[in-house]
Amino acid sequence: MPSSPNHVLEFPGGYTRSVGPVIGRFLSELRDGRLMGVRTAAGRVLVPPTEYDPDNGAAVTDEWVEVGPVCTVESWSWVPNPRRTHPLDRPFAWALIRPDGADTALLHALDMGVHEPGAGPPKQLRTGLRVRPKWRAERGGHIGDIECFRPEVTMINAPTRLEYELRPGKALDRFLEGISQGRILGHRCPVCEQVIVPMKGLCPKDGVPTAEEVELPGTGTVTTFAVNNIPDPRAPEVPFVSAYVLLDGAGMTMLALVAGIPADQVRMGMRVRAAWRPREEWGRTMDNIRWFEPIDEPDVPFDQIKDYL
Amino acid sequence: MTREIAVVAFVQTRHRTREDGLSEVEMLAPVITEIKERTGVNRFGFTCSGSCDYLAGTPFAFVQALDAVGAWPPISESHVEMDAAWALYEAYVRLLHDDIDTALVYGFGKPSQGDFREVMTQQLDPYYLAPLGPDQVSLAALQARAHMERAGAKEDDLRAVAARARAAGRDNPFALHLDDPAPDEDYEVAPLRPYDIAPTTDGAAAIVLAAGDKARELCERPAWITGIDHRADAHGLGARDLSRSESTRVAGERAGARGVEVAELHAQFTHEELILREALGLGDDVTVNPSGGAMTANTVMAAGLVRIGEAAARIHDGTAGKVLGHASSGPCLQQNLVCVMEGEPRG
Ligand SMILES: [Zn+2]
Repeated sequence: MPSSPNHVLEFPGGYTRSVGPVIGRFLSELRDGRLMGVRTAAGRVLVPPTEYDPDNGAAVTDEWVEVGPVCTVESWSWVPNPRRTHPLDRPFAWALIRPDGADTALLHALDMGVHEPGAGPPKQLRTGLRVRPKWRAERGGHIGDIECFRPEVTMINAPTRLEYELRPGKALDRFLEGISQGRILGHRCPVCEQVIVPMKGLCPKDGVPTAEEVELPGTGTVTTFAVNNIPDPRAPEVPFVSAYVLLDGAGMTMLALVAGIPADQVRMGMRVRAAWRPREEWGRTMDNIRWFEPIDEPDVPFDQIKDYL
Repeated sequence: MTREIAVVAFVQTRHRTREDGLSEVEMLAPVITEIKERTGVNRFGFTCSGSCDYLAGTPFAFVQALDAVGAWPPISESHVEMDAAWALYEAYVRLLHDDIDTALVYGFGKPSQGDFREVMTQQLDPYYLAPLGPDQVSLAALQARAHMERAGAKEDDLRAVAARARAAGRDNPFALHLDDPAPDEDYEVAPLRPYDIAPTTDGAAAIVLAAGDKARELCERPAWITGIDHRADAHGLGARDLSRSESTRVAGERAGARGVEVAELHAQFTHEELILREALGLGDDVTVNPSGGAMTANTVMAAGLVRIGEAAARIHDGTAGKVLGHASSGPCLQQNLVCVMEGEPRG
């Protein structure tokens, strides 16, 4: 189709049509914000109404029935790139929509929210979806008095925010001081001699205070892990891997992100090293270690990590 | 009592995505010339055509096409604003009157001159549908979903239809020669991808019908029309079961579709072929669209007539004894025509 036509077929000002008593009644009710159907002699309710029963051509009755506003999607098509004539300029669905109380469906646009041009159909969109009309504020007795339909409300999003000034306690404070200098510090337990990192000031196994500081290297072993499919602002992408990492020399695992390797290739026993952020970004926070990345060393046999799962 | 009437000749253009530089008359004239030469008939008892003025954007565009036929001295002529398969139906009924022996039927379209999907929006009801501006493909996609959800068909099943049609089309010198559908194409309108949609083409086709002995005189193996019927479903898309084609089922039953060996179906979308096969009860033993069908040349307003012509050609060349040509019109297979033809001896 040429972008600059050399011939145009147009009815300036539009084509005037009389609508008759049946379609006229429907459109008048639309203007007043009501969805109405007409009953056939056979008892079915037609929406949108026609003067005749589509099954047998018999005239419809004078009985009008208010239907909706809740409706059910009976079939749909998803338009990733709307055309000039379409009612929405961003991806939307065309749907056959049957109002509650009606036996037939009307065609209309279904707005599924904001989607990028070319986007695929959203997961919530399915046959059976319950929808309601979005009425235009200014209506004139026209099928477009319904701007579009929208899904029923099934979810809300409530912002939540409380503010704190957390004090980490002496042991964690000392640990974060180490982290802010690029060091990973732990405590050795005087009873079991395990190194506890991050240290808590006491040994969770023996219940005795700990004070002897030990610096650990940034290398360790993945003991177990989980693949996460829900986005997290700290993770590089979805899916991402969170893992227990047993630092070399430690007697206790640390929860950390593992990256730099496809999620489906992470394994128990894999050797990893802490990936630190650039020094100028460091603060008193574990975020200084962005995540752990694989190193080129043989995996640790299961027997050696089986007690750290 | 019923007259024997047959398709005795069929001619079509090499359908093109864009017939550059030819007017509709220039596109049509060689087809008419060829069918006159092939039958040796220059004057027909009746002439009927199918076309759509909105394709050219000009009122009475079909009248100009009469120049290709030669309308002087005055001829008996009629026109349908539909696929020319319905013109063939009118010509068939005219021949039943028993006072003429031949009829010329033709159809043509040049959808490349405008935005075909917007032209088709104009055929929708002006109160509830046209003002919303839904296009033909969006509506077809609604039907595709309805069918897939009821029948359990998958998108791969649709792609298989496109692949089969395109493979057949590459053997047909008159069709577009299209590559196999790529599995990774994005949706045009979900669930339809570009290969699920027939490529609109410019072109024309003509058929000559003849009755009784005149048919035997003009054609060695006439394709006798043993049943022809057309039916319409409700215009309102939400007032019918979109997953089925009830009008095709009834037309097929009344035209006697049972037992055909070859069926040429006017499916403009892959899912339409599945719906039509089901409605006509075509089993795997029936060869469907050996020409590639409309999926490889959707010559708007002639594609249905071409289906009847292609089916008849299987009788003419002796490769089949009973065939079916189908034509469709309107949104989501609203109107359907089924023409069943048999060779001799008639059974
Ligand atoms: Zn201890």
